[in-house]
Amino acid sequence: MMTVLDKYLGGRQGTLGLLVLALLVLVVFPLVLDAFRLNMVGKYLTYAFVAVGLVLCWGYGGILSLGQGVFFGLGGYCMAMFLKLEASDPLSTKIQTTPGIPDFMDWNQITELPAMWQPFHSFGFTVAAVVGVPVVLAWVIGLALFKRRVGDVYFSIVTQAIALILTVLIVGQQGLTGGVNGITDLKTLLGWDIRTDQAKYLLYFANAGLLLGCIVLGKFILASKLGRLLLAMRDKEERVRFSGYDVSSFKVFVFCLAAAFSAIGGAMFTLQVGFMSPSFVGIVPSIEMVIFAAVGGRLSLLGAVYGTLLVNFGKTYFSESFPELWLYLMGGLFIVVVMYLPNGLAGVWAKHGPRLWAWRRARAAKAAALEVQP
Amino acid sequence: MAWLTEFGAIAAMQAFNGLSVFCVLLLMALGLAIIFGQMGVINMAHGEFLTVGAYTTYVLSGLTLHYAPSLQPYYFFLAIVVAFVIAGALGWLVEWAMISRLYHRPLDTLLATWGLSLVMQQALRSIFGAREVSAELPEWLMGSFSLTDAIDIPRNGLFTVAVTLLLTGGLFLLLFRSRWGLHVRATMQNRVMSRAVGIDTRRVDRMTFALGCGVAGVAGAVFTTIGSTGPTAGSLYIVDTFLTVVFGGAASLLGTIASAFAIAQTQSISEFFMSGSMAKVLTLSAVILILLLRPQGLFASKVRK
Amino acid sequence: MHSTSRGITRRWALGAVALSLLTASVMAPRAWADDANTTGLAVTPSEVTVGQLHSATGTMAISETGSIQAERLAIEQINAQGGVLGRQIKIIQEDGASDWPTFAEKARKLLVNDKVATVFGCWTSASRKAVLPVFEQQNGLLYYPTFYEGLEQSKNVIYTGQEATQQILASLDWIAKTKGAKSFYLIGSDYIWPRTSMKIARKHIENVLHGEVVGEDYYPLGNTQFGSLINKVKLKKPDVVFAAVVGGSNVAFYKQLKAAGVTSAKQTLLTLSVTEDELLGIGGENMAGFYASMKYFQSLDNPNNQAFVAAFKAKYGPNAVIGDVTQAAYLGPWLWKAAVEKAGSFDVDKVVAASPGIELKTAPEGYVKIHENHHLWSKTRIGEVQPDGQFKVVYESDLIEPNPFPKGYQ
Repeated sequence: MMTVLDKYLGGRQGTLGLLVLALLVLVVFPLVLDAFRLNMVGKYLTYAFVAVGLVLCWGYGGILSLGQGVFFGLGGYCMAMFLKLEASDPLSTKIQTTPGIPDFMDWNQITELPAMWQPFHSFGFTVAAVVGVPVVLAWVIGLALFKRRVGDVYFSIVTQAIALILTVLIVGQQGLTGGVNGITDLKTLLGWDIRTDQAKYLLYFANAGLLLGCIVLGKFILASKLGRLLLAMRDKEERVRFSGYDVSSFKVFVFCLAAAFSAIGGAMFTLQVGFMSPSFVGIVPSIEMVIFAAVGGRLSLLGAVYGTLLVNFGKTYFSESFPELWLYLMGGLFIVVVMYLPNGLAGVWAKHGPRLWAWRRARAAKAAALEVQP
Repeated sequence: MAWLTEFGAIAAMQAFNGLSVFCVLLLMALGLAIIFGQMGVINMAHGEFLTVGAYTTYVLSGLTLHYAPSLQPYYFFLAIVVAFVIAGALGWLVEWAMISRLYHRPLDTLLATWGLSLVMQQALRSIFGAREVSAELPEWLMGSFSLTDAIDIPRNGLFTVAVTLLLTGGLFLLLFRSRWGLHVRATMQNRVMSRAVGIDTRRVDRMTFALGCGVAGVAGAVFTTIGSTGPTAGSLYIVDTFLTVVFGGAASLLGTIASAFAIAQTQSISEFFMSGSMAKVLTLSAVILILLLRPQGLFASKVRK
Repeated sequence: MHSTSRGITRRWALGAVALSLLTASVMAPRAWADDANTTGLAVTPSEVTVGQLHSATGTMAISETGSIQAERLAIEQINAQGGVLGRQIKIIQEDGASDWPTFAEKARKLLVNDKVATVFGCWTSASRKAVLPVFEQQNGLLYYPTFYEGLEQSKNVIYTGQEATQQILASLDWIAKTKGAKSFYLIGSDYIWPRTSMKIARKHIENVLHGEVVGEDYYPLGNTQFGSLINKVKLKKPDVVFAAVVGGSNVAFYKQLKAAGVTSAKQTLLTLSVTEDELLGIGGENMAGFYASMKYFQSLDNPNNQAFVAAFKAKYGPNAVIGDVTQAAYLGPWLWKAAVEKAGSFDVDKVVAASPGIELKTAPEGYVKIHENHHLWSKTRIGEVQPDGQFKVVYESDLIEPNPFPKGYQ
């Protein structure tokens, strides 16, 4: 048992790190923070799904996707569509021209629920779609680009273009998607009111649990042979290819995995915040999520979570106190982290943490020695 | 017969519209294409250099109106030059302080320049305020030439076309006919060898980056005749710019021109037959479909790794 | 601007404390204080806290700056007059950063953590839609200043701008009558407000004016190329171009119209989305002679407005301009003050109950009254753009009843 843990969770230190994070997220935050702040942390943790996915595909796979917001958004939209249908029962929409369809459709003179929306009456289908739709899209993009061996930088720009196009589509097709406003005013999940404080607590724990699950899965994959292959590919792709491995398939796999993580985050976001809008799909949020991973450390799954929390706490704090300064700080953070701390907080910790540890231990040893002497 | 002449007139104006959309796209994309194509660096702050050019024009228009009103009709030429110099100098600084330290990590330049764009946007907002401003344009730039009763050719469109032609021509000469251009191309093809034969590759990088930013500044100055000037104006253009460069195949200047032309014509023609929003969706979908089938873009083979 | 208002607040707070001590000895103030606030809002005997929620950064900062300034001015003036129910108003300002989820988060913060008595805020429909569930759930109160598409009525929102029918119908009637207009070309940015407005306009043109809509076009937000559209307008030769283009697109649209020779000499144009604020970016000379339909213009000639414009310029500089939404934002704090004083309490339920029927005779736009449906009775005016960036008012309607769910127009 111990050896399995060692192998898949990154040894004693890795397991300890995971436990500390679990303690922080599952015990400390709920005890210390009030319902409002806890809900905010819950929201940040949904971004951490994206950051964790990015560590896998960017830090280890060497694929920098600037379109993760697409998957986050798609996951979120799938969930939002289900919730919106539930919130649009004929009774509560009776003032509309066509009762029983979402309000924004009525405003856009749509008189019948579009076919695209029909399956989202089913919760089972919705859950499958939350993960399925983004993964299929990631698979198509990955297949198209990696099989043709498109270069790193180029891949980044194409994913960015996709993020842009999806935003324009969502905004443009407002009868189907709610347009710029997004899908708002979501109320219940299978009859359970998601807006109460109690529901928010429960959703927070579900969210944190899922996130920890994703991290464990990530660690498991990194510890497996696949993880080592990914690293090898990132550093010398040609050599891995010449050794007979199908490099593009691995890349597609890790890209799809990151997409699935992001989508789960998106769905949890919708549940906790109560709406979804195209402002998560575009280029800006996609790049912001990359910076979460970069601040935490692009090679550290746990670091990604801390990075996300730190940047978002900073954003909230500074935009409450000094809104003018916030963009300078955010921009400065990008520049400093990228230029001077390529491995982020986790890199700083790895460099100085053990030394700190060693120094304390040395001091303890010295003190012990002093005690023995006289 | 009357409807035929009218149809001809509309067709002529529509053709000119396609041409001017093409020129606008090309102007935006040129700077980015130079920097990306020649250096492999993605400058996410490109839009902000454009904005710097636009604000330069605004400031200069205010200054001429205040100090030398008689020169008002001609200040625009000066504005273009000054916009080029200021944006170029800023680019030179940025290359020195940031980009030069990141050449071995192209993905990281992308992130760092994104940070830069946030800082520049906020700086512009702190200096000029959040509201949009309008540069006082010389009279000869406004209005249109009436060729016949029905055909009006906008003057600012003609001006944009002229600037684009001059700039593109100049860049081609610079890159393919000058000694400096030779150095740039050599550095791009083989940095180590270039250094070995005595080319100062650092200097070449710095000048290329500055040139790309300067071109963005010129585009910004020209855009004051057709669009808005605000702290986030650059972000309105940046999106189309990236698409143009990607679609063209990022490493090829010729590809950028072809892609700007293709996108502009598709957009302009489809806009005539359907709502602008649908036209945009159609154009973008076509672009993405072609990108998925041919991810390296129209013209580039060099990105294949 | 931050420090001055705080300074004044402090000075007045001292005065208010002294005053309340004085009254304390006379008339058992505890019961009075409890009545004024039974729901745990941030109200002390000397101070009441309100929230302000606009975008100070991001793309919407361009538009929302005016609203922020107007609300601050109104609150400062109210404080100088002795505050509301003897309390000085303290502002907590939050930045929505042009991002709808941030708006929702900040709205929650203001209501749940800061327990503000009311919020003045939002600008775009999207931000309002994002915060609406929060306000309804937490039973907060929002004063929303922008003219908008209607189709909404919430117990927790007072809409101080016009809803679509108020802004559109009278102006279409006017243009049909004075210009003999029969054919219209409808143009808008592609989102809910222009689409709903154009839907209402089309029904009115076809069913009431018996005119014809010869074209209807929507462009994505942020679009900067209008050449094809302008050619289409030239081809169709409508009597009136009816436009609701917003944001950065606005500037591009009018500059290109002018460049293509489509000026007021050749074409009548009526817009729903250009105020003095937008004219700053477009340049008055590029739009001279076109018409805008608003309830307020800076150039309105009445004593209320002259005082308002003077106070605004004294605070924000002689070059400050005031658009329709800025004026509507200025009404918010005054309407709230009137409702609180009528209710004798800061409790949201009581303020809401007291709101219908509240009048404001001192409004810069003249006279407004809150309707049962939480919108304002107001006049619609048509302004002709002058080259200096101001409007000349050429038409003024009667007081129009707000009708957010217009029958026959949906």
